[in-house]
Amino acid sequence: MNSKRRDFLKIAGLTAIAGIAAPSAFNTLLKGEAIASAGGQHGAAVPTGKRWGMVIDVKKFSENPDLAEKCVSTCHTIHNVPDFGNKKDEIKWIWVDSFQHVFPGDSSHYKQPEALNSMPILALCNHCDNPPCVRACPTQATFKSKDGIVGMDYHRCIGCRFCMAACPYGARSFNWRDPRGKDANGQPFIKAENPKYPTRMRGVVEKCNFCTERLAIGQIPACVEVAAQSKALVFGDLNDPNSEISQILKTTFTIQRKPSAGTHPSLFYII
Amino acid sequence: MYGKGRIIPALILFLGLVTSPMWYKSGDAGKMPKPEKPKDYTECVAPTQYMRTSHMVLLNEWRDDILREGGPRIGKTANGTEYVRSLQNGCMKCHSDKKKFCDDCHNYASVKPYCWDCHLQPKEAM
Repeated sequence: MNSKRRDFLKIAGLTAIAGIAAPSAFNTLLKGEAIASAGGQHGAAVPTGKRWGMVIDVKKFSENPDLAEKCVSTCHTIHNVPDFGNKKDEIKWIWVDSFQHVFPGDSSHYKQPEALNSMPILALCNHCDNPPCVRACPTQATFKSKDGIVGMDYHRCIGCRFCMAACPYGARSFNWRDPRGKDANGQPFIKAENPKYPTRMRGVVEKCNFCTERLAIGQIPACVEVAAQSKALVFGDLNDPNSEISQILKTTFTIQRKPSAGTHPSLFYII
Repeated sequence: MYGKGRIIPALILFLGLVTSPMWYKSGDAGKMPKPEKPKDYTECVAPTQYMRTSHMVLLNEWRDDILREGGPRIGKTANGTEYVRSLQNGCMKCHSDKKKFCDDCHNYASVKPYCWDCHLQPKEAM
């Protein structure tokens, strides 16, 4: 009886030690792996594959005041973006805003050119390399694809709007109303439906998709196509050192929206 | 048994009433749906039996593959005909009448897919 009790206590003691030690041993092993995989984050990694990006030449939009509006209307027409007629419900994939709004807090001194304030500046989803919206989405409805585009699967969107809160650029809009509906005068919110592209439904968030559907068939994004003649917008692969966009970025000084947010946008502005 | 003169007929009447929907439709499965097949095309993207049971699975696979994996937008049938892997631009190209093709079966099976909340159906059928 006595010896049996001794055995029991020995086994119990060993089990307790193993139980306490195993998780911490596992943790150290897993941590080592995490550190190894995070190694590529600090600029040392060689970029592979495509990463679509865009350069927006603000000066060219000032020279041609109608151009920005034309880009907006073309995009919104082909993507069936509804116009609810009021700012509160507004859906925007690409829009025109003032310098102070697009680059808030970036005026390091007060003696900046007056003209800056009246410049129409085109803004759209930045397709960040480190997108906060993707991290916020609880259903993985929004995701980052291999070509650098932050895409959305509207089937999965549950309309929680976490992504809207997470996006530092206000690039996401929520459908408070049914986009297929009609206003008080019986006018449909989508003026002319593009039969090639779906609409959205009430209760989902939507945003610019960098024209994935056009890229897939070898076309450039619709806004870039509109602005192609004046080269106000240049679209291309940031990872290809010989692409037009890489050449421009090498030779011209550009700024990005809220670089301090650490999102690494794919959009660059020439002011 | 006390009061069996009333209880047993009442029980029979009750059972009869409760099961009356079954008697009413007994031996009749209702009018089978006959979805209208496209006249100009004879081959679908997958065998008929698979399409009949699993077209919704196929649509989800297309969507996830194209959107997330960057998969091809063009597919090929067994006989080599190219098609667009898309509900709105692919399926509806041949099956251009949603009412006569989709709705016929969906109404019969009492399923209400939400495809058309966002996707646009061909104009002439609306």
